[in-house]
Amino acid sequence: MIVQDMMNKKPVTARPETTIMEALLTLKKHRIRHLPVIVDDGTLAGIISDRDLRDASPSIFDAADHADKFERPVSEIMVSDVITAHPLDFAEDLLSIFYEHQIGCIPVLEHEKLVGVITERDMLYTLIQLTGAHQPSSHLEVKVDNIAGQLADVASLIKNFKININSVLVYPSKQDDTQKILVLRIGTMNPYRVASELRQNGYDVIWPQEPEVGQ
Amino acid sequence: MKKPVFVYSDDLLRYKFNEGHPFNQLRVKLTYDLLRMADALDDSQIIEPRMATDEELALIHDTAYIEAVKKAGDGTLKGAAAENYGLGTEDTPMFPGMHEASAWIVGATLQAADMVMEGKATYGFNPSGGLHHGFRGKASGFCVYNDSAVAIAYLKKKYNARVLYIDTDAHHGDGVQWSFYEDPDACTLSIHETGRYLFPGTGNVTERGQSDGYGYSFNLPVDAFTEDESWLELYETAVHEVVSFFKPDVILSQNGADAHYFDPLTHLSVTMKSFHAIPRIAKAAADRFCGGKWIATGGGGYDIWRVVPRAWSEIWLAMNDIDLEGSLPMEWIEKWQKAAPVTLPLTWEDPPGLYKPIPRKPEIMEKNSLTLTKALHHIRDSRKKT
Repeated sequence: MIVQDMMNKKPVTARPETTIMEALLTLKKHRIRHLPVIVDDGTLAGIISDRDLRDASPSIFDAADHADKFERPVSEIMVSDVITAHPLDFAEDLLSIFYEHQIGCIPVLEHEKLVGVITERDMLYTLIQLTGAHQPSSHLEVKVDNIAGQLADVASLIKNFKININSVLVYPSKQDDTQKILVLRIGTMNPYRVASELRQNGYDVIWPQEPEVGQ
Repeated sequence: MKKPVFVYSDDLLRYKFNEGHPFNQLRVKLTYDLLRMADALDDSQIIEPRMATDEELALIHDTAYIEAVKKAGDGTLKGAAAENYGLGTEDTPMFPGMHEASAWIVGATLQAADMVMEGKATYGFNPSGGLHHGFRGKASGFCVYNDSAVAIAYLKKKYNARVLYIDTDAHHGDGVQWSFYEDPDACTLSIHETGRYLFPGTGNVTERGQSDGYGYSFNLPVDAFTEDESWLELYETAVHEVVSFFKPDVILSQNGADAHYFDPLTHLSVTMKSFHAIPRIAKAAADRFCGGKWIATGGGGYDIWRVVPRAWSEIWLAMNDIDLEGSLPMEWIEKWQKAAPVTLPLTWEDPPGLYKPIPRKPEIMEKNSLTLTKALHHIRDSRKKT
């Protein structure tokens, strides 16, 4: 999946002369935590977060004495060396950037103009989509040899039951690097027939277990 | 004097996918037989179902889907066209007359609803209903038409009623929830095994509804191996608090019996103790808050011999204020033991020590209690303020 399929294409923005008070109210109104700062032609000038704004705000104990601080422009406090993404960047790359730089929001630029933003929350939503748990399905977990064609074999067996596969995750076995774990969400309420067929074909089905008290 | 009604006829047994499919309506007949032989079901209390009309089905379902189901029943729906509607799949294979069979079940629930709302019966029970996974345009999880969702829409339209839907099936009541997710006049409460492993996967505690319907969907996903004590604590507390919060005109309960330890498709450790209590708690809530208006359906339940007949009989017994304990009617056991691949139970209760003690019991109970707190958080908050 690429960034342009995940990003928010109509981000709320600020301008360099926007005041700290205006920016705080905008964050509150839209229940967001970041504002890209853009100039007239849509070029990105910087970004501010709710924490930048709070750091620059007077303490609530003496806010009245320093009300003028709220009137300063965001250009004074924004981060102008911004980590950005391109609409064609890959979801996986973005995940690493969020993780390594410990940031919460990445503006997306095309020809140096802001075309969207992507947040950690958007990434999590994408992961929820990838794990497929939003469509009616059951969890199926199979341990397979770490060789070519295993996923195809398991999938074709599921196909024989006319069961749709909603998502697939493949990860290495923790105990044994000659093995891999396939985690699938399959569109059936009764995964036991598939599980039993897989077992008969020699697969190690981790879930579902055989019912303890079957008939 | 007004009495509860039991909706039953052999037409309701036509909903049959194939031999060997886990969904088997023989369980409705087994329940009917058990109650008859226990002298708890009188002829005068049995009413015939009717078939739901296309207009009634269309209260929830897309017209194109209804047409597809009709074609599926004629054998003229093929391949990819069928699969887009969830038909011809492992869970909902096509079978001759599937539209009619499914529409009978919806009609049966509507019949029970009319009897209760028109004051002709105190309570109404349709054991063949409770097909809560049916979606607007798609069959899912053994369900073609969603009788519960259609009944809620019907109750709203015809009687202008606020409906509380309570779902104790081991699987999340997704089809009903999504049908009324933005509707503040239909409140759904589902207690079920967590969807982390089990079908359908949804029913997280954070699913609370959307826009105007925000706060009117309640979900209590419990851990695998949850036992009676914890299951009932969550159910009873949630029913009590949600009923006082929502103040429904009528309660529609879906009574899947697949949370039982014996059920082959799920992983809970609930016993007959819960299935005795569930309908009695629903009835008490209806009596106290909605003038006794309570309609009950069946639902899931895949141990059709040892679990479902007793569990669903308890719903009817609760409606009639009858408590039966000890031996099941010998006549019933003798009649059905030959056909059953398992040994039939001998008593209404499960024997003690049905399953081995659950090692993680304290952790499971604690986690479930936290889930309950999270699920009711927003109505407890608003109550404090007023």
